[in-house]
Amino acid sequence: MKTASAVDLITVELVENALRGVGDEMDAVVWNTAMSPIIREQHDAFPLVTNERGQMLVGQFGSYVPYLLDTYDGPIDEGDVLLQSDPYMCEGAIQHTPDWLVLVSIDFEGERIGYASMFGHMLDVGGAVPGSMATEARSIWDEGLRIPPIKIFEGGELNQEALKVILRNSRTPESNHSDMLALTAACRIAATRVQELCARFGVHQYRAACEEILERTRRAMARVIEEFIPTTPVRFEDVVDDDGQGGGPYKMVLSLWREGDVAHFDWTGTDRQAAGPINLLTHEGLFKMFVGIYLVMAFDPEILFNDGFADLFEVTLPPGTIVNPEFPAPLGLLNISLARQLDVVQGVLATCAPKYAAGAGYGSSPAMTFSGTDENGEYFQLGEISFGGLPGRPLGDGLDGHSWWPLFTSIPTEYIESYYPVTIESYRSIPSSGGAGRHRGGNGIEKIYRFDADGEITIQDDRAESSPWGFDGGMPGARSAKSLIRADGSKVELPSKCDQIPVRAGERLVFVTAGAGGLGEPAGREPQKVADDVRRGLVTPEMARRSYGINVNPETGAWTGASE
Amino acid sequence: MSSVAIDIGGTFTDLVLVDDDGALLVGKTPTTRDPVDGVVKGVLNLCRVHGVPSDGLDSMTYGTTAAVNALLTRSGARVGLLTTQGFGQILHLARSQTPGPIVAWMNMVKPDPLADLSDTREVPERMRASGQVDVELDPDPFRQAVGELIDRGVEALAVGFLHSYANPQHEELAAELIREVAPEIDVSLSSQVHREYREYERVVTTVANAYVMPTVSQHLNGLQERLEAENLDFTVSIVRSDGGVMSAAAAAERPIDTVFSGPSGGVEGALASVSPTGLSDILTLDMGGTSTDVSVCLGGKVAVARETIVADLPLKAPSVDVRSIGAGGGSIAQVPDSINSLRVGPESAGADPGPASYGRGGKSATVTDANLVLGRLPTGLLGGEFPLDLDAATGAVAALGERLGLSVEDTARGILDIVNEKMAGALRVMSVERGLDPRNFALVGFGGAGPLHANALAELLGCYPVVVPLFPGVLSAQGFHAAGKRSSFSRTVIRPVADSAWPELKRAIESVGERAHQWLVDEEESEGSVNFTCDMRFARQGYEVEVPFDEKEISENWPATVSSRFRDEHQRLYGFTPEADVEAVTVRADGRCPSGFSLAEFENGTSVDPAAALVSTNLVTFAEAEPVETPIYERSKLRPGMTFAGPAIVAQDDTTTLVLPGHQAEIDRFRNIVIQRDGRQGR
Repeated sequence: MKTASAVDLITVELVENALRGVGDEMDAVVWNTAMSPIIREQHDAFPLVTNERGQMLVGQFGSYVPYLLDTYDGPIDEGDVLLQSDPYMCEGAIQHTPDWLVLVSIDFEGERIGYASMFGHMLDVGGAVPGSMATEARSIWDEGLRIPPIKIFEGGELNQEALKVILRNSRTPESNHSDMLALTAACRIAATRVQELCARFGVHQYRAACEEILERTRRAMARVIEEFIPTTPVRFEDVVDDDGQGGGPYKMVLSLWREGDVAHFDWTGTDRQAAGPINLLTHEGLFKMFVGIYLVMAFDPEILFNDGFADLFEVTLPPGTIVNPEFPAPLGLLNISLARQLDVVQGVLATCAPKYAAGAGYGSSPAMTFSGTDENGEYFQLGEISFGGLPGRPLGDGLDGHSWWPLFTSIPTEYIESYYPVTIESYRSIPSSGGAGRHRGGNGIEKIYRFDADGEITIQDDRAESSPWGFDGGMPGARSAKSLIRADGSKVELPSKCDQIPVRAGERLVFVTAGAGGLGEPAGREPQKVADDVRRGLVTPEMARRSYGINVNPETGAWTGASE
Repeated sequence: MSSVAIDIGGTFTDLVLVDDDGALLVGKTPTTRDPVDGVVKGVLNLCRVHGVPSDGLDSMTYGTTAAVNALLTRSGARVGLLTTQGFGQILHLARSQTPGPIVAWMNMVKPDPLADLSDTREVPERMRASGQVDVELDPDPFRQAVGELIDRGVEALAVGFLHSYANPQHEELAAELIREVAPEIDVSLSSQVHREYREYERVVTTVANAYVMPTVSQHLNGLQERLEAENLDFTVSIVRSDGGVMSAAAAAERPIDTVFSGPSGGVEGALASVSPTGLSDILTLDMGGTSTDVSVCLGGKVAVARETIVADLPLKAPSVDVRSIGAGGGSIAQVPDSINSLRVGPESAGADPGPASYGRGGKSATVTDANLVLGRLPTGLLGGEFPLDLDAATGAVAALGERLGLSVEDTARGILDIVNEKMAGALRVMSVERGLDPRNFALVGFGGAGPLHANALAELLGCYPVVVPLFPGVLSAQGFHAAGKRSSFSRTVIRPVADSAWPELKRAIESVGERAHQWLVDEEESEGSVNFTCDMRFARQGYEVEVPFDEKEISENWPATVSSRFRDEHQRLYGFTPEADVEAVTVRADGRCPSGFSLAEFENGTSVDPAAALVSTNLVTFAEAEPVETPIYERSKLRPGMTFAGPAIVAQDDTTTLVLPGHQAEIDRFRNIVIQRDGRQGR
């Protein structure tokens, strides 16, 4: 017997698989064609497909579409492309000005089916410094152009006049233009794919399947919340070192508890917003999604993350704090605070569910910009995001020098040196910079740049004062550090956040990122693993002796107990 | 000319012999621990069965799995890596990548590097991107580093210096110095294995080459010795991943080029099966027990990808562009605890215990079980020698259905719908997402389960006709016959495509071209050709599009012609064209020789009535609730010119073809089964 639900169940699987593929295809289009290295190599661009109510069906960060539609007065029709880049006009869906967001409607036979949207990190959008994320920014007015939602395409026609104004406000107009077209192409492809699904299954079936996709994720999440989240509040706190302008440290405090089937995340107790640009305009959707992903991965990584569970989380973000700043607070370095916010979330969830606990990672998004004019008189601007240690985790040791952020990759040295007047002299992870533990924390990175032309550098990092914590007896990871070595060999320590430091050809920058915290008591670590780390140059013999109590011959890897 | 092709699989070694008259003789023998034993036994047996004198065979085309197995089972050589000062952790840091979504690092499993950090030495030397020397290679510390590695017990050496693609001088000097210190050891240079930029990928590929080199050399030497001992005096060619073949000596030097010989043979075989019928644009579907490989061939050519992932390592070795997904006949269907949904794969029941219906203790419902429950698979596989247990299959499928509240038939149909959708998704990625319309392609189904599912995929994608070759179970080995000798030469020169940089770019193109032509001369191939391509991108993009060009275009306004071709291709692939300058990144010349293979043609039989091939009927459930009585034909009795209507089942030794209702099947003059939708002839 064929029942009505039978058709639905299988169709749901088919539609869910297809939607997953749509998200992947959007990524592929943008990653393969992007000019901004931050998108191209580091994949700082994110797709979103929603239903007609704006609920996320596939994506990474939850939906911002309803907020966006609220701020645009007027209908969005087929052939229109909405462009916007103002964090304060979308409830923090994009969190700083370099992120450009585009949106198209998805229509089928005259009916609104949903929306496709994608945002990506442009190389430069004007403002005080190259890259548009000035440490010295006093307000968002120093952070370059903000585009309110406008139709950059109307009825398929590009709005050339608006585009002229926009590109005139960037140091990298060609790259921004191309990347905006890439984001648009990705959204249009997504719209086409969803229309194909409607044609294949029928609009009615497609809609029903989408409803079920949302609903079953909600059901799964309700079970996870019930199992993991206690009814008495659990509290966790951590700090951002400073705001780059002398303020800090800034405390973030999170309390978590469950009431019925709803989990409450309350940031009351978090410090006031900063004068400098480390303020984080927390997007509720993004926040819920992170928590949801963290919880569900433990259960069934196959579940498609979507907005189905949004109403199972209640989030309190006190206004005027660093997690919910008021206009016109500067936002350029929010990635650092986002990393810390997620550290705190991880800490509070680890406390609830120690089985899935890990230490803290390098807790930042370490960035370096080198700009100037080369020997041919051409302006150049190298922007690079670095990585650090990943924490000890239930599965095993943390990875050395890897990305905490999903889907990022390093830029090949051979690429950097082909295009920019700089030589990378060394790129390695730093022995013993990961915290000791049963599962040790990953090592931070040391990268040595030799500048081959005069120019200026901008640095953004954190964890130079505070340390990435270990968990359950694991030790903290080492802190970050930056120093400039002058031609005469003298060394100048730099703060973790600084703008437009002049550098001369022949000078070197030693860029060190933080390690990660370990998991579990170091005494519980297998001596052979310690010995292997020493033999491989990842842990020093001193640390082996001090933290693990064994003597290791670094050449042979032979080991004995310290007392022997 | 008679020759034999060998495809070594995990369970069976397939043999396809082409005799002096061009007829195909097919054999299968269990794969032995040392695969050479099975090969020799299989060849002698095949010759005996068909009365072919074994000492009369001229050549052997050999698809070795030695390299890929060494990588998959981590049983290759202990490799020492010599690299530029400051970059000793190049393999350890990889590209710093972690998967998505956020916090996926929690479960990320990172394979150990193929060269251990303690077997890696940094040496003082530095090249610039321009190819200028920044720091000379100092011979003394280099010799010392080599000595240390040898003392540590490494069995092969890899040299990977920064920017060696721009200037290989230091690596070449390194090779000389190694020969002084250790003349016997195998050495792989990154500038020879893969002369292209992006240091991590180049060095990984070089180390992987070094890692499999001793294993592959020993294996090929062992093969030669055994063949000589058995008086089998063949010329042996080794199958490459890119659908060509090379000499055994070349394979010993570049074993990394052999890792995907099996899939490449399948695609070549599929193409060779339909090319003589005039079809040149095809999708291929090779569905086995645990995985399915799909690919697209355009204009009668196999598509070649420049990077493949093997054992989680990104290898820059040219391979037939195949997308592999974890869905096959043995894929397990399950209902996860967290949500009430039906999932199929990627876990597989394998061959042992296998699907529930194999009766070897497997309890899981698999794709094979779903096919059996619906009557689409006769109860006897392998010509009836291996009966399937319908009750066990029904029980396993019913257990899932109970949890979902579905009938056995609906559950079985659901399993097949889901697995078909996964394969269709992979085919869509290869076609639709590259701007190709699958409705303009034919679909060739092969492998153990491909012919059973191909018709359903054609319904989903509109790709007709469906073609099932005569020997779908050994198509890879058959394809080896169709593979000609190949060699690929490349060089990275990142230059703007503009008149100012043209002389330099032209020199690079001519240099790879000369090497390819010289290779043809060395191979004594007068029929060979050289295909040129250039990887291009818009300035500041990070990834390239491979654009083909003709040798004579080098002297005919190349920059304008080829950059315009690139712009068109970018528009087709990505849906937009930036207003930006175009740059060339890597130029390539692929030398190719024809194989001389042609598929045997058959005369129409005396009768075109398929009744002669009818063996029995089965009750088969399709989309409708009521099962339909469906004829089962025996493949070996189907002759050219016979036609029959769907639904129909065609049984042969190692696979089953399903023709769906609403379709017509015809046997063509190469004895392919050609399936069309009703009311639609030709294309």
